[in-house]
Amino acid sequence: MLASQDGDAAAHRVLLERLSRHLRAYYKGKLARIGRGPTEAEDLVQEAVLAIHIQRHTYDPNEPFTPWVHAIARYKLIDFLRRNRASVADVPIDEANEVTANDDHLNAESSFDLRRLLKLLPKKMQCAIVAVKLDGLSVAEAARRCRTSESGVKVNIHRGLKALAALIAQRAQT
Amino acid sequence: MKTDELITALSVNVEPVNRRLVNRSLGIALATGIAVAIGMTLVALGLRVDLATPRAVIFLFLKLVFAIGTVGAAAVYLARLARPGGEQRISPGLAALPFVAILLLAAVSLGQAPSSHWDMMVMGDQWLECLISIPIIAIVPFAVVIWAVRQAAPTNLVRAGAFSGLVAGGMSAMGYALHCTDDSLPFVALWYGGTIVLCTLAGAMLGPRLLRW
Repeated sequence: MLASQDGDAAAHRVLLERLSRHLRAYYKGKLARIGRGPTEAEDLVQEAVLAIHIQRHTYDPNEPFTPWVHAIARYKLIDFLRRNRASVADVPIDEANEVTANDDHLNAESSFDLRRLLKLLPKKMQCAIVAVKLDGLSVAEAARRCRTSESGVKVNIHRGLKALAALIAQRAQT
Repeated sequence: MKTDELITALSVNVEPVNRRLVNRSLGIALATGIAVAIGMTLVALGLRVDLATPRAVIFLFLKLVFAIGTVGAAAVYLARLARPGGEQRISPGLAALPFVAILLLAAVSLGQAPSSHWDMMVMGDQWLECLISIPIIAIVPFAVVIWAVRQAAPTNLVRAGAFSGLVAGGMSAMGYALHCTDDSLPFVALWYGGTIVLCTLAGAMLGPRLLRW
């Protein structure tokens, strides 16, 4: 975690992979108890992974790491349950069955389409995220492509990911 | 989308983060909030005119100690509450200490005074002004504190909101103390303490709406 806070990409990747496995077990267990499928668990895993990435500056190295992760996982679970209680009541029962049937089929893939969600973001944020995170350009190259400064690219990535997290939360509601 | 794809995307060009950002934002918010509270008091209400008398200076000092103690203790907790899981490691009892102290002092001073003075000591001249001013002055500092907490990720929004309100109320009291001419401990305990508690409750109610992430 400390290495990822310092910007070590390889360590960050290992961290997120390892945490995603724990998160998957956690969410599958919790959601199975209320009769939700693995797709919803995977949605939550991705929401939590994204949150851990965006909020990685809030981890204080003087404190134990597990409670920090657990608090984020739990927060996202409660948020999910609150969002869904109302919307589940709105869905007719047959339709709800159909949704769960589909869920089993999709297995461990989430229902989010990153590229499609990205299109809903403001152009500047879109450009920065696509260039750096998906096309793998350096920040300097991305700045040239998006016609902005390097710090502009960094700010747009950070804001864009936050906006994306908000979009995912909204989308999961409907 | 597969989770692996998301992780791959997030792991490209990882920016180093500033671990001090949370505390720095809170520090900026504290400084700004206090400056705004004092500024608003001086501009809208004016400094108390009798500051030359030693009694006024002593009471101004006492009010400031109470307000600063409240803000200080609450800010320490808020710095923890702003981070995920912060609510698990704190027992917020210490934040109540300034209130307990002022209530004790108020009780002692009431005990020493004849009961015919009590009405004046508790109600003062300007209780209504105090009741209205402190929450109003607290609005901008509250907004600034909420901005700072939003830079982090609180996982108990009610409590983080309440402590934001407490900090804002304390900062507002710091400003209002410069104007207030009611010099009695029971007055400070009831009207300062009460309005700060009011700000805390308002913060607790607004927290879940303002601090979601």
